[in-house]
Amino acid sequence: MVELPNNALVNYIFPNNEQVWWSLMIVIYPYLTGLIAGAFVVSALYHVLNLKQFKPIANFALIAAFCFGLFAAVPLLVHLGQPQRAFEIYVTPHTTSAMSIFGYVYSGYMLLLVIEIWLIYRVYFISRANETRGIQQRVWYLLALGVTTYHPDSAQLDRKLARILAAIGIPWACLLHGYVGFVFGSVKAISWWATALQPIIFLSSAIVSGIAVLIVMYTFIKWRSQAGYDYSMIKNLAAILWATFIFDWALEMLEIAHVYYQDAHEWAVIGPLISGPLYGSYIWGQVVWLSLVPTILLGYAVIQRGSGKGMLYMVNVGSFLLLLQVLFMRFNVVVGGQLISKSARGFVDFHWEILGKEGILTAGLIFAAPFVTYYIISRFIPIFEDPAGYAKFNPPASK
Amino acid sequence: MDESASDSPKKADPYSRRVFLKQIVSGTVTTLMIYTPGARGGHETSRIWKQRSTEHQWAYIIDVDKCIGWGGCVRACARENNVPDGHFRTWVERYIHTEDGVYVDSPKGGSEGFEPVKEEIRDKAKYARFVPKMCNHCQNPPCVQVCPVGATFKSPEGFVLVDHEHCLGCAYCVQACPYGARFINAEINKSDKCTWCYHRIKQGKLPACVEACPTGARKFGDLKDPKSDVSIILQQGHWTVLRPDMHTGPTCFYIGLPKEVI
Repeated sequence: MVELPNNALVNYIFPNNEQVWWSLMIVIYPYLTGLIAGAFVVSALYHVLNLKQFKPIANFALIAAFCFGLFAAVPLLVHLGQPQRAFEIYVTPHTTSAMSIFGYVYSGYMLLLVIEIWLIYRVYFISRANETRGIQQRVWYLLALGVTTYHPDSAQLDRKLARILAAIGIPWACLLHGYVGFVFGSVKAISWWATALQPIIFLSSAIVSGIAVLIVMYTFIKWRSQAGYDYSMIKNLAAILWATFIFDWALEMLEIAHVYYQDAHEWAVIGPLISGPLYGSYIWGQVVWLSLVPTILLGYAVIQRGSGKGMLYMVNVGSFLLLLQVLFMRFNVVVGGQLISKSARGFVDFHWEILGKEGILTAGLIFAAPFVTYYIISRFIPIFEDPAGYAKFNPPASK
Repeated sequence: MDESASDSPKKADPYSRRVFLKQIVSGTVTTLMIYTPGARGGHETSRIWKQRSTEHQWAYIIDVDKCIGWGGCVRACARENNVPDGHFRTWVERYIHTEDGVYVDSPKGGSEGFEPVKEEIRDKAKYARFVPKMCNHCQNPPCVQVCPVGATFKSPEGFVLVDHEHCLGCAYCVQACPYGARFINAEINKSDKCTWCYHRIKQGKLPACVEACPTGARKFGDLKDPKSDVSIILQQGHWTVLRPDMHTGPTCFYIGLPKEVI
């Protein structure tokens, strides 16, 4: 039997609290946003920090971030009661609202991402525009913005600008996801959300999920294409993932330990919440199985000497479990917070929807969309090859 | 070029150090006079809320000891404002303090009154109260703060209202309200809540719930009128508000609120 908060004899919820207003759409919205931020950070390892080892996945990470970004706002749109008014957030933003700034942060970030990708792939667009004919040529010509000449100076400038944008992109990615955490962390009415650690927990878990999804995608793509795996690169990426997750998990545990130790009025509802409605998904899911197992797997994979298939399997299982961990974390935060009625004397029931507007099917479709988009894009542009290899200087270099 | 200035030393230089210091001192004194507590007039209750330069400043008082849990107020509100089934702009809770804990319920928002409780609860009861609830029309409303498009706003006279022409139906305000006073109206997919019957107030009437209350447990009035019921009651000082820890500054005041009420 669930322990009830604040000395309640019966589960009492406020009459207007019977529904969980923010459901699966608001669970996958920070999840997708997190994948963008995380994937971008991986691309920056090469594009900004110039760590050559991550060069083979730098563009892959960037394209993946772009694909996740394309659909990050879709769950919000589906969730809105008046989606036709969504653009008003841009036109009449109410600046005291944490949510109102999202449109600008998100759009600015997507613009930066598009320009960076364009600068990196411009050389390829030009090469295709010069080599193809007919409609194809028109499309590539359009993508090259009508410029079909390429000079060594252009290459240098493109590289320089892309690097500057990637550098700006790191704090911007942090802002984008830290901001998502702030949307929840600043709601004082919901004690499960209201913590100053929320933005940084969201940010660190975003980086975890971003790296994890890239590892799983990379392995899957290389397995499908029968191409060789870059074991050494995967091992290094796994080490970064492992360290980031330990940091993230420490923050998550610190936050709950802090509330428990203070034993203030928040614990009166949070204690029964995690030992009651969230017991399975938080304690056993997020904290125990989906955190301990991947930590051990990734730790072993990183520390042991071998870097072959065994390591690859361990890293992939660990990454997959971490993807689930972050998904569980998003669910536990978003839905969990609303399970505490504002009456502080009872818990709301969460009903899973399957076919509804905010059901599992819609969430699944939205979540699948970035992967389908990635597949389509990868048919047209080289992801794992360096686009600079397609450079045919025209006019030729003068010296 | 500067001859005229140097030729007439008796003429006060508008930029001289003396003039500057005099202006600083007089400015500081004036500012202090304006902002010193008690320097301005007004009756005692002016400290309860932020003074606004409007003709009216409305407030709501709920006298818990007078509420009999009849539910006519909830029904009147639903009729007046077309509140959809299952949601409530106002509701009534029953609190029963027992030796084992607190029993709270609000079947159908208390709209149809309350059935007697089980014997085991009744036998252990120390005291019981009916507590009407509604939007607190806060002075520092978190719902207004979080609305991404400003569709929820605070009117100068103290009403917290929703502009349905602009509401996106994002439900951020529903999350931010510590009192559970807001909901998404399923018929219009927009945020909804008590308006203190703004449309009636503008016609010189009382809110529907106040008018329906047979015992005078619900009172509504103008704090700018020192002779109004609300002004007189608040001046007595025996009032409290819900969730004072939230620092939202409710303008819905309670008399006789049991300490168990959240």
